[in-house]
Amino acid sequence: MKSDIEAIAARFAGSLGAFSLDVAFKAPMRGITAIFGPSGCGKTTVLRCMAGLSRMAGRLRVGEEVWQDDGTGVFRKPYERSVGYVFQEASLFPHLSVRKNLEYGAGRAGRSRPASVLRFDDVVELLGIAGLLERWPAALSGGERQRVAVGRALLSQPRLLLMDEPLSGLDHGAKEEILPYFEALHETLSIPILYVSHDLREVARLADTMVVLSAGKQVCDGPIQEILERLDLSPWDGDFETGVVLHARVAAQDREFRMTRLDHQGQLISIPAADLKLGEEVRLRIRSRDVALATAKPQGTSVRNILSGKITEIVEDPETAFAEVLVDIGGGRLRARITRDASAELGLAKGKPVYALIKSISFDRPTSSSRWP
Amino acid sequence: MFDPTEVWPPIRLTLELAACSTALLLLVGTPIAWWLARSKARWKEAIAAVAALPLVLPPTVLGFYLLLALGPEGPGGWLASSYGSRSLAFSFQGIVMGSVIYSLPFVVQPIRNAFESFGERPLEAAATLGARPWDAFWTIAVPLARPGFITGAVLGFAHTIGEFGVVLMIGGNIPGETKVLSIAVYEYVETLQWGHAHLLSGGLLVFSFAVIFSTMVLQKRMQRAEA
Repeated sequence: MKSDIEAIAARFAGSLGAFSLDVAFKAPMRGITAIFGPSGCGKTTVLRCMAGLSRMAGRLRVGEEVWQDDGTGVFRKPYERSVGYVFQEASLFPHLSVRKNLEYGAGRAGRSRPASVLRFDDVVELLGIAGLLERWPAALSGGERQRVAVGRALLSQPRLLLMDEPLSGLDHGAKEEILPYFEALHETLSIPILYVSHDLREVARLADTMVVLSAGKQVCDGPIQEILERLDLSPWDGDFETGVVLHARVAAQDREFRMTRLDHQGQLISIPAADLKLGEEVRLRIRSRDVALATAKPQGTSVRNILSGKITEIVEDPETAFAEVLVDIGGGRLRARITRDASAELGLAKGKPVYALIKSISFDRPTSSSRWP
Repeated sequence: MFDPTEVWPPIRLTLELAACSTALLLLVGTPIAWWLARSKARWKEAIAAVAALPLVLPPTVLGFYLLLALGPEGPGGWLASSYGSRSLAFSFQGIVMGSVIYSLPFVVQPIRNAFESFGERPLEAAATLGARPWDAFWTIAVPLARPGFITGAVLGFAHTIGEFGVVLMIGGNIPGETKVLSIAVYEYVETLQWGHAHLLSGGLLVFSFAVIFSTMVLQKRMQRAEA
């Protein structure tokens, strides 16, 4: 099976003190796979085991290379694994300039290289760090440091890039500044990225595949759309960020009202004008708290996006006032968070046709052609 | 009244002793400091205590045991016999060995602290970038621990210069071989040659001040450069 050889297959089980871990997942050799879960669920431990920084019983194969197999006694040391690791704190070498930091991994041999080699100038440009090369790590902002750390990891020519909550130490402004660069990585790199995070917003924005952990156990894994549509996995992130990801194409640009019209499986979605080309694919993120439901098409409303669909699933939480509803809109699915009270009054049930009113959409990035840098 | 030919040999001998000892101290102390900083062995603090013993042990006690160890009946005598000598006691090599043991804690402790201060993270980062342990040690750990090495070397050097008790016990007072500065001062005072005693003591005082002061200035400057 060729597709299997081209995947990352990981299995770790064991315990460290009171904490026990038991995970087994596969990740594709392309794109960003998020390892998601609350703090203390074992995400970082999984990543450290993959890098060889920590050791737990298990097996790890990256493409055709076996990095750990307890059955045959294989355990490659971190420096024998072709891996890039971005720590929570940038962990740049304080005694080396930014340039020397970037070059540190480049000169160190003894590791298998990926087919395509990343060039110094390309990486520097991709991450926007050309102006920082002669500076010292102590003189950089948190966001700059993290970008240099990513560049340093990439320039060691890894076959796999591991990122451990690279944004968690940054304030909101720095996060927003750095996210476009991470999206650029996604567009440009051919190597897979495993991205650990407890922030659903970040994950929904960046990831293609998702592994969900809870208390050291793997809850599920799969393509991000599928995982985000699963109602049984709530509550995440205090429910606030729960939502789905949809793909849509740019159908028209309305110059007069400054709106961009998107097409999703024949249904029209409008967003405030975005700098996109006709036919370009975009990723939309719609939180369940931003979706309301109606049994008849509402008239005289300021809500622009009213999509017709059919209820495929309802999960009520008797402990709270709320219910989570999954609505099929002809291809993609939306999640709506409504009160149980409303659900009862409208007589909502599986199979019932409804209109979904979307109050807010965040538009993330094109999913195909590269816009960055 | 002053006879430079008389004052100079102990000064030169002392500087030679301090230089040899410091070099050996760094050579021996660095692996010990590294091990103490990195090892997870439960008994490592016991080893740390042994390495710190010279801090509290009276030099005469240390000197007594060293005398036994270096003498013809001890391992030092066995070592000395390999090149046709009877004993390491009362020889330059003997007082170098004594100085190394006596000054060990002054070198090990600052280097260990420096190794511990930056934690595992820089070494982990180096490993994920493909650096083998030996490579990471020289390119990351040693440069990051530089202030500790400087402090350790200066303290080891200065401490050896001022050494008295141990040298007296295992070296005696052989001109050109074991008669170091502090012993010379002692002898001048005993024989009432106050002029020579003044000269050497005053010189040592100025030298010690200069060493400590310049180390402190250097450390301040390095801290500022890091920040």
